[in-house]
Amino acid sequence: MGRHVLLIEDEPNITEAMRFILARDGWTVSSHADGATAVNAVSRAKPDVVVLDVMLPGRSGYDILRDLRANPDTEGLPVMMLTARGQVRDRERAESFGVSHFMTKPFSNREVLDTLNSLLGP
Amino acid sequence: MSFDLLVSVSLVYVGLLFLIAYWAERRALRGGVRWLRSPLVYTLSLSIYCTAWTFYGAVGYASRSGLEFLTIYIGPTLILIGWWWCLRKLVRIGRSQRITSIADLISSRYGKSALLGGMVTVIAVVGTTPYLALQLQSVTLSFGVFAEGTPGSFPVPDQRATAIWVAGGMAVFAILFGTRNVDANERHHGVVTAIALEALVKLFALLAVGSFIVWGVAGGIGEVAARINASPLAQIPLDRSRWLALIFVSGAAILVLPRMFQVLVVENEDERHLATASWAFPLYLAAMSVFVIPIAAVGMSELPSWANPDLFVLTLPLAHGHEMLALLAFLGGFSSATSMVIVAAIALATMISNHIVLPLWLSLRAEAPGNLRAVLLTSRRLSIAGVLALGYVYYVWSGGGRELAAIGFVSFTGVVQVMPAAVGGIFWRGATRIGAAIGVSLGAAVWAYTLFLPSFGHGVILPESVFAEGPFGIGWLKPYALFGIEGLDPVVHSVIWSMAINCAAFLVGSIASFPTPLERLQGAQFVNVFDYSRGPRGWSQSKAEAEDLLIMAQRILGPREAQDLFAAEARIQGKAGFLPDTTPEFLDRLERELAGSVGAATAHAMIGQIAIGTTVSVEDLMAVADEAAQIMEHSIQLKAKSEELSRTARQLREANQKLTELSVQKDSFLGQISHELRTPMTSIRAFSEILMDGEGMQAEERQRFAAIIHDEAQRLTRLLDALLDLNVLEHGQVSLNRDTVRLRDVITRALAATSSINPERGLAVRRDTLDEDILVHTDTDRLAQVFINIIANARKYCDAAEPQLRILVQSRGGTVSVDFVDNGSGIPVHSQSVIFEKFCRLSDQSAAGSAGLGLAICREIMQKLGGSITYLPGQGGGAFRVTLPVQSAEKAA
Repeated sequence: MGRHVLLIEDEPNITEAMRFILARDGWTVSSHADGATAVNAVSRAKPDVVVLDVMLPGRSGYDILRDLRANPDTEGLPVMMLTARGQVRDRERAESFGVSHFMTKPFSNREVLDTLNSLLGP
Repeated sequence: MSFDLLVSVSLVYVGLLFLIAYWAERRALRGGVRWLRSPLVYTLSLSIYCTAWTFYGAVGYASRSGLEFLTIYIGPTLILIGWWWCLRKLVRIGRSQRITSIADLISSRYGKSALLGGMVTVIAVVGTTPYLALQLQSVTLSFGVFAEGTPGSFPVPDQRATAIWVAGGMAVFAILFGTRNVDANERHHGVVTAIALEALVKLFALLAVGSFIVWGVAGGIGEVAARINASPLAQIPLDRSRWLALIFVSGAAILVLPRMFQVLVVENEDERHLATASWAFPLYLAAMSVFVIPIAAVGMSELPSWANPDLFVLTLPLAHGHEMLALLAFLGGFSSATSMVIVAAIALATMISNHIVLPLWLSLRAEAPGNLRAVLLTSRRLSIAGVLALGYVYYVWSGGGRELAAIGFVSFTGVVQVMPAAVGGIFWRGATRIGAAIGVSLGAAVWAYTLFLPSFGHGVILPESVFAEGPFGIGWLKPYALFGIEGLDPVVHSVIWSMAINCAAFLVGSIASFPTPLERLQGAQFVNVFDYSRGPRGWSQSKAEAEDLLIMAQRILGPREAQDLFAAEARIQGKAGFLPDTTPEFLDRLERELAGSVGAATAHAMIGQIAIGTTVSVEDLMAVADEAAQIMEHSIQLKAKSEELSRTARQLREANQKLTELSVQKDSFLGQISHELRTPMTSIRAFSEILMDGEGMQAEERQRFAAIIHDEAQRLTRLLDALLDLNVLEHGQVSLNRDTVRLRDVITRALAATSSINPERGLAVRRDTLDEDILVHTDTDRLAQVFINIIANARKYCDAAEPQLRILVQSRGGTVSVDFVDNGSGIPVHSQSVIFEKFCRLSDQSAAGSAGLGLAICREIMQKLGGSITYLPGQGGGAFRVTLPVQSAEKAA
């Protein structure tokens, strides 16, 4: 089983931090910064897990998640959402769209690694 | 001259008139000849005032009473010159109300009172009958003159037989031209043209006879003057009371005589014709009277004392052997008599058929009227015959031997009894039906008792004892001395008492009684006719009616319902727009609708009044429908209340919506702030943890991560500063440090402050420092902050290959504007409206670390400084205009 993660995140500094952390943990990391083309990027990259920001230029993370869940190829793909908007409503909304895990920024690096590893299963 | 010739000439003359009348009628039907409707024809038609009484009788009158005959002319002259505004009002009312006669005028004015219409008709018939008899008498006498003048040439004809032929002939003429059609406005072009011609004939005849007498007989003006001085005429004193009374009566008569009303009002084509008539008719009267005294004086000196002065106009030419002149005079007198009789017969017939026959006929028949037109025509024809028959009967009865002028004044005084009701009715809104009825009837009664009945002769109708001792021996009721006032001339006595009692009863009756709604409506329309009716031009009837009906209907039904009703009807009629034609069906429907609101009677009256061509003002309608007005007032109040309630509800709804929006905005704002704060904190925490772990990291990586942490910390600080700044600007009391500064210096400072942004892009700045030489009284730091923000945006986002920024300062009107225009791709149209909102970031800007608060802050600052900042679209690049008011700016000295 591969350990390929796709980061969909528009803040370059956050992308860089996560890339460093995950690569050090042995993940294959690719990233994508644009919301509008994110669904295609997932289809192309065929990652094992996706880290998805909510506020993206072009398209919101919720819409991307809904599209992923509507597609038979990606409906079971583990998706962890990261958001800087830490309100309860956001979490509920993400869960209603079938998010695998919902995490608020800022996060602890350990927590991110543990969550992604657990999403891939034992 | 043979009798046959005389009859032939008369018949030929009548035939000529007949042809002219026929021709004029045809031309009028075809669209007419302009001169037929000229003011001169109108003026000449008024000359029916000058009847045979004037033509023959004036000379007789002058022979007996000197200059007093002039009163007959002075009265109308005063009215036409001095009262022409009153005539104009009568004409306007006649036109707008489609008045057909004096009886119709009074009946309409007092709420379509059938009783008043009938009363006026009866008085008019009774008052006119002696007058008709007088015309028959004069024509008959003139025939007789020719017979006597040439004894043996033909037998003296039976006067009664002559009279009956004359009456019959006139009846045929009047019937032929007066009842050809039942026209809505009762005009008779043929008749009017014929009488205009007759007016010329009689004027010409009288002037010819007069000239002959003055220059042919007397031998010049000086001789005539001498003869007048020598004649008994010069010794006749003026009776002042008679003068006043007779002037009054003849002036009033021209307003209310049925035949005068017919030509003056009913036959009037154009109200402006009155202006001509007001001077031309008095001239005509003057011409008719100028030779009266000379003829009388010469006649009295030349003809035997038994000669009838009423016939001097004929007998003088005959005595001098001028048969042709006499024949011309005969035709003049014949013209005077026929024109009067024909018009009077037509006018009376209209009144009789409309106000007596028709109401009776309708009340006697239960079913709906079938062919009313046929009934009307028949009744008019019979009425004309009947009126002339009455005249003939009076002629026979009164013996035909009385002086013409006396009969004339009896007639005048009787007809004038309707004057107070008529004139009062068009000038006084308070006049009521009851007042008019009492006034007219009491006045007529007094007239009949003091003048008309006595005119048949003492002992004929009223027994001799009544004159001597009063009825039943009551002395103060003697016909010539009412209430014990003796010694007055009978005519003066009758005029004074009948008019005094008439007017008093009219006033008291009107004040004491309360008018019906219809009367009030009619009264308002008559008295204020100039406000409600249109002038003679620009009258587009059907549309005006529909509009007027709509205006009225809106007041009663409410605008929405009324407009819906009218629009629906217009659709049914297949008309574009919202005004339907006022078809009878539509009027019926509208009346039913209105009846639901104001009652059937009022609705009927309202529609009726408007539908026959007169508008009604809101005030009048309100006066008519007092109750409806109150109900409306109440409902308007209710409506206002309900509107107020719904307005309050709407305000509440709006406030609630605003609160909801604010709440949503606040949530969104908090979410934005949360995002903007957490994003840098995320980087800081992640990299801090990486650095704390410390493993698997090179030195330069460590360095880089530390730098990122540093940058993000700064970004956080900037964000917090901006937030606090915006909060103060939006909600706090901002203290502005106003100072006078040169605009050029502020711009230079802003350019310097932004020079560290993207220095490698090398933004070229083009400015005109001369234009910038303006002193501004403002908060320098705040203004610089705005400029910095704009210039920094240009440095960051101008995407041209060779970025350039133009700064343009313009001072115009009350403001100074500073435009910043770059040559980049600018701001997309769909984003231009939102760039001044908080956290508005165009998609590619996050890379530059902006929170999207800069322009929002600029907007707040400019607002505080009393200016504005706007985006200028279509400048070929990003373009912002900063505007400052002039009170904080002035050109440097």
